[in-house]
Amino acid sequence: MPVPQAKLDALAARIAGLDFARGGWLGAARAEALARLGAMGLPTKRDEYWRYTDPADLTAPQAPRAATFAAEDEPPVFDGIDRLRVVFVDGVFDPALSDDLTLAGIEIELLSKAGQTDIHWAREVYGLLEARGQTPVQRPLAALNTAFATEGILIRATGGAAKPVSLIYLHKSENSDVILHHCIRIESGAELTVLENGPAAARFTKVMEVDIASGGRFHHIRAQGRDHERRAATHVFARLGAESLFKSFTLTANGALTRNEVVIDLLGDDGVAHIAGAAVGDGAFHHDDTVFITHAGLRCESRQVFKKVLKNGAVGVFQGKILVKPGAQKTDGYQISQSLLLDGDSQFLAKPELEIYADDVKCSHGSTSGAIDEVALFYLRARGVPEAAAKSLLVLAFLAETIAEIEDAAIAGDIRLHLQNWLERHGR
Amino acid sequence: MLEISNLHVKLEAEDKPILKGVGLRIAAGTVHAIMGPNGSGKSTLSYVLAGRDGYAVTHGTATLDGEDLLTMEPEERAAAGLFLAFQYPVEIPGVGNMTFLRTAVNAQRKARGEAELSAGDFLKVVREKARALKIDAEMLKRPVNVGFSGGEKKRNEILQMAMLEPKMCILDETDSGLDVDAMKLVSDGVNALRDAGRAFLVITHYQRLLDHIHPDVVHIMADGRIVKTGGPELALEVEQNGYAGILAEAQ
Repeated sequence: MPVPQAKLDALAARIAGLDFARGGWLGAARAEALARLGAMGLPTKRDEYWRYTDPADLTAPQAPRAATFAAEDEPPVFDGIDRLRVVFVDGVFDPALSDDLTLAGIEIELLSKAGQTDIHWAREVYGLLEARGQTPVQRPLAALNTAFATEGILIRATGGAAKPVSLIYLHKSENSDVILHHCIRIESGAELTVLENGPAAARFTKVMEVDIASGGRFHHIRAQGRDHERRAATHVFARLGAESLFKSFTLTANGALTRNEVVIDLLGDDGVAHIAGAAVGDGAFHHDDTVFITHAGLRCESRQVFKKVLKNGAVGVFQGKILVKPGAQKTDGYQISQSLLLDGDSQFLAKPELEIYADDVKCSHGSTSGAIDEVALFYLRARGVPEAAAKSLLVLAFLAETIAEIEDAAIAGDIRLHLQNWLERHGR
Repeated sequence: MLEISNLHVKLEAEDKPILKGVGLRIAAGTVHAIMGPNGSGKSTLSYVLAGRDGYAVTHGTATLDGEDLLTMEPEERAAAGLFLAFQYPVEIPGVGNMTFLRTAVNAQRKARGEAELSAGDFLKVVREKARALKIDAEMLKRPVNVGFSGGEKKRNEILQMAMLEPKMCILDETDSGLDVDAMKLVSDGVNALRDAGRAFLVITHYQRLLDHIHPDVVHIMADGRIVKTGGPELALEVEQNGYAGILAEAQ
């Protein structure tokens, strides 16, 4: 089917001002992505995959303006965690604010530098996982990212990383339109934790490709938010080898528009992938979790846990799919998406999907939307807990199942504290 | 301590009177029991005193040590020293029992202008009181009432009461769902709290709980009113003859 002209026109307008860097292995990967993109055009709200989230602000030629934001009433997330800091200011790597990029157990480089070399491990990752993730559902914003990313971080874990790598995104310009592309390779038996936080830009388009070899373990914890006007489209593409582990948790607090796509390929046998998200939105907040998990290996386990707390007209979206390929026997797939609507103005739209071509599998999904449990609220108040604190306790309890997916207790505690602060600021 | 005068209550949502002029005076150091058939308004009375939504007081007063209970928020009533042991204790997934207890104790201390208990002090006290009620460490760690048996839930109510040290304790059918051993355990917990500064209102269908928690005064409630008041012998009369005789006599 030919691509509608409007989609191609939108694409032409969007990329008109962007630099297309040629040369080297990276140039070749970019050219392939551009070709993919040209065959898709940009998404519109009429696309099935964008039915609940209007991509207009994500595809417009100019990023909508967004006031910069720096929290002064609390330390940034992960502040107390011992980590290797990699700081980007409006998408530009800042060596002065960053730590020295050396850490036992990993190799870490900038995309802009590594892309110039002839031979690099990232050639086997950059754009390849994204390309795999384009079927059966097209993800044009991810292809656009691969073609036009200006910077990114490449991390290869060869052993146990001595501490987490922390990607910090600062936002200083009201019109910044940032495209970053990270590649991560976890070698056999290696382990790495990547943290992400910060507003990044007025508009942030990000791809993270994660290639995990047999027995590798990858943990991802990110905190998006507090910058109320940000727009973000993020993608994680992960490919899991045998007996490997992938765990990702995202806290989203505020942001005008956030679309977080996660595409997981359980290729080897006995892989484990857990994806969790806690989103809290007050007012102009549109948050979309779109997840696609493919079970190809035997005995793999996948778990999706997404919870959203919404008030004052905030909108939450969940599109989650589990695809079990022929032969992927003994698959264990679990998916839950729930929302807590704190008033009648807010909205939660969920589209859970299962597509199963193997006969010996265990898959379940559930989706609910509800209000604060009035009986539990009265019980707490009857024990002397003031109403606001009681509500806060119940909201945190609602979100607890997502935070439980974070293995590191200190990081989980930090996330919980920031959630608590958010609830306090937003009058619960 | 607790004074209720000519209390009329209806459901907020509909025009259906439930309490039709309840009067009750409970002095410090005493134990009162309210017995009565199903639907007589016993549980409604306990909910209205604790401040649950959904009821409208159309007439009358209720005070605790002279303070008007009915204008207070539920948490203010708790801080003033009122405690309701629920007939159906509520399950709260995601909130640890220990967190719940500590939040409640410290919220009340704060409301009364007292210093919060340190984590260490709190732990010491809670362990000691839990032991007396045969509540193990595992139960304290689990989410509030989730997966608890009927007996465990009721013991957990008494543990909360022991930790919060209220002056006016209302027990709403605390005996329901309890086997003989659990009833003994719960009653021992309640009796341990009896002292000159504290009063109890025990709501029950059956005399058997009153074998363990000896009341000073027994009231019979029917159709939204206290229809008869007497000593412990009144409970025995109910046990032997049922409510029919007493209700007929009251009319």
